Amino acid sequence: MSHPSTGAPAAAETASAPESFFRRALRQKRFVFGLTGTVLVVLFAIVAPFLSPYGEKETAGPPYAKDGLFGTDYIGQDVLSRVMHGGQEVLVISVLATLVGMVVGILIGVVAAYAGGWWDEIIMRLNDVLLAFPQILLSLVVLTALRNPSDWVIILLVAAGHAPRVARVARGVALGIVSRDFVVAAEALGEKRSRVIVAEVLPNMTGPLLAEAGLRLTYSIGIVAALGFLGFAADPGAANWGQMMNENRLGLQTQPWAVLAPVLVIAIFTIATNLMADGLAQASQKGD
Amino acid sequence: MTTTTSGTGHEVRKTGGLVIEDLGVSLTGTGVDVVDDIDLVLRPGEVVGLVGESGSGKTTVGTSLLNYSRAGAHISSGKVLLEDRDVLELPWKEVRKLRGEEIAYVPQDPASALNPSIRIGKQLVELHQLRGIGTAQSRMQAARDGLAEVGLPTDDEFLGRYAHQLSGGQVQRVALAMAFLPKPKVLVLDEPTTGLDVTTQKMVLDTMAELCRAHGVSALYVTHDLAVVANIADRVAVMYAGQIAELGPRDAIFANPSHPYTRALLDSIPHLSQARALKGIPGRTPSPGRRPEGCRFNDRCAFAVDRCREEVPALRTIAPEHEVRCHRAGEIGTWDINIGTVPDADPDRPRDVILSVEGLDVFYGRKHVVHDVSFDLAKGEVVALVGESGSGKTTISRSIGGLHKDWTGTLTFEGRQLATSARKRSAEDRRRMQYIFQNPYLSLNPRLTIAQIIRRPMELFGLAKGKDANDRVVDLMGQVALGPQMLHYQASRLSGGERQRVAIARALAAEPDVMICDEITSALDVSVQGSIVELLEGLRIERGISMLFVTHNLALVRSIAARVQILQAGRVVEAGSVVTVMDTPQEDYTRKLLGNSPRID
Repeated sequence: MSHPSTGAPAAAETASAPESFFRRALRQKRFVFGLTGTVLVVLFAIVAPFLSPYGEKETAGPPYAKDGLFGTDYIGQDVLSRVMHGGQEVLVISVLATLVGMVVGILIGVVAAYAGGWWDEIIMRLNDVLLAFPQILLSLVVLTALRNPSDWVIILLVAAGHAPRVARVARGVALGIVSRDFVVAAEALGEKRSRVIVAEVLPNMTGPLLAEAGLRLTYSIGIVAALGFLGFAADPGAANWGQMMNENRLGLQTQPWAVLAPVLVIAIFTIATNLMADGLAQASQKGD
Repeated sequence: MTTTTSGTGHEVRKTGGLVIEDLGVSLTGTGVDVVDDIDLVLRPGEVVGLVGESGSGKTTVGTSLLNYSRAGAHISSGKVLLEDRDVLELPWKEVRKLRGEEIAYVPQDPASALNPSIRIGKQLVELHQLRGIGTAQSRMQAARDGLAEVGLPTDDEFLGRYAHQLSGGQVQRVALAMAFLPKPKVLVLDEPTTGLDVTTQKMVLDTMAELCRAHGVSALYVTHDLAVVANIADRVAVMYAGQIAELGPRDAIFANPSHPYTRALLDSIPHLSQARALKGIPGRTPSPGRRPEGCRFNDRCAFAVDRCREEVPALRTIAPEHEVRCHRAGEIGTWDINIGTVPDADPDRPRDVILSVEGLDVFYGRKHVVHDVSFDLAKGEVVALVGESGSGKTTISRSIGGLHKDWTGTLTFEGRQLATSARKRSAEDRRRMQYIFQNPYLSLNPRLTIAQIIRRPMELFGLAKGKDANDRVVDLMGQVALGPQMLHYQASRLSGGERQRVAIARALAAEPDVMICDEITSALDVSVQGSIVELLEGLRIERGISMLFVTHNLALVRSIAARVQILQAGRVVEAGSVVTVMDTPQEDYTRKLLGNSPRID
């Protein structure tokens, strides 16, 4: 995930540190659970399309029938096959959107905290203006204007929604670190400002930022699924966990599995990633 | 039993004191002893000093008297007898009542002991209110009396203040007043003057000692500083690695210290009246579970023989009331305070000025904090900046180091004028002047390894890289007495003294000509301070490094510096060579500082 590098000068020295950090994390039960869950869902999304009994857009029977494990959906496609095909896009889009949003947000927040004074004021007030937009509204406005949005547009829109929120958190965390003596010491040595941020400030922010990343990933999946639900997916006919909820909601009473199956996978994935982020955050805290 | 007699002006009580028998505290789970075999008597009206380095278990003993142990440890054996009642056996409800009422505790950090959102007056009144003592008026009167006893104002304005509106010394005296208000029989003080400057420390100590004697309160004063104990304690117990190493009347401990550890502690303390070559104690206090066989001090002891490694020594009585836990007590000769004395730095030595400050004025926003300060620093010389907190000594050093840029005046380094902020100076100037911070817990990045921290200045200034840099790191670590096994430790795993050594090594890595040391020993144990000063003195002689040494400890100045600037409220009040200023002070302020500093003579 978005674990910043320690910016260490020699490769030989860095080799031991991340490994021991990972090992410390493995001693956290919640991390192990989270990691297992995340890996399982990701593996499922990657491997499942090759094993599915029916094709992605193949009709398997009458609509809302009980055929197969989870029955069929509103136009008679096999729900299990749709779930197996529908994961990749959602996962890739939400993970990328989270990463982009985190990186941009952390940059804004840390630079604001480190620069201080007027820069801080200007950056954060502009940030507040962005915060005033409801996250999904921004996406909807742009997506409505575009005729054929590609996946990248969705990724950038979701990331743009995250960035100002991440920036707030990152600035708060960084404020407590930039005033510490080791940052002043680096400045007195004349380190470049960029290096002070990357090597001195960022490594000390991993804990809270990892927790934030877990939260943001959950939101990403929610927003991507919601966009699919509202009909703004790149390919309207393709299987997509979010879109499946939208397509099948009218038959919720006759064929609940068509909605429940994608909801369950999303739930497992978000819980697992949050557990993992929590575990990582705790492990990194114990290093202090 | 308590009998109360009417004395002159205040109550004088006769209490039975407190008896500690065979006290032991172990870690829950492993059962490893944190402290064991503690026997100690606190007589009424007596102050007993409990002295030891960090990790010796002194705070553990202190809190055990209140039947409290920190999480992860429990009191595993022994008795704490208060008037024939065993505090450790009392039911929980009675222990709660006993705490504060009969045995009071004054914590190390006064600021965290007071509730920041309750006014001082209300906190004092609450003590009686919670116990249902007296009426509203009598409680208020008691609160005022309590404040008067510790020398604080008693008017409504003061009672209405919050803790953050008081100075550090005032907060500590309020904490003392709170401890004395319920008229306890025993008082446990856990380093209550750490972080206070000498004047406030003296005031707090005097107040405490006077109250204890007047009210017949027995006090246990926990500290790492023997110099403080020399001024207030009747008896002294020296602790090492969870046991009492030496116990005796104050005068016996200071005139005839018989345990090698007590001697080593005394060797690390600077004196006001003479310059001493300070010595640290090699190694570090072993943690519970890692204590050596036989005598626990054997691995750091200069007198250790085979018997010390095999046989556990018992506390032996060598003189009336004077007990020592050492096989060789009596064999190792006598200790003389004058052994470590060295001549004062020669005031008439020719000086080759490397750094000079002229007409320095420093501002924080609109506030003018330092006024027209001028002094200079010669090659291979140590100049001390001394003053109480708020005198501007750190502000001056930060301005010279380029960490604070809001100043005017002339700063000349080898004839060249330096810019206000470090960033505006040339890389060469930055390299040649290094700054060492007060708190080693804040000045090292906890996420980097020791090797990364020390080699960074070499890479930054292009002094060495690759394998060459690695060799130099190992070399530097040797110079500051750190083993190469620590190379890949993260800074967070080191003790305070070790961290400060890393900070010094980082400064040395830049091969500086001037080092600015900002109170670099004030966060450390006295024994560690001794070894850091020893290290700096060696560096000064070997490498000819000049140092600007900021401190509030005048005794330390005598041991390390050649010249001194006494600061008060941002102005230099007296300056000159250390010998002249300290032996024949001209200003009242200097005399006051000297008078308030704890001394061992």
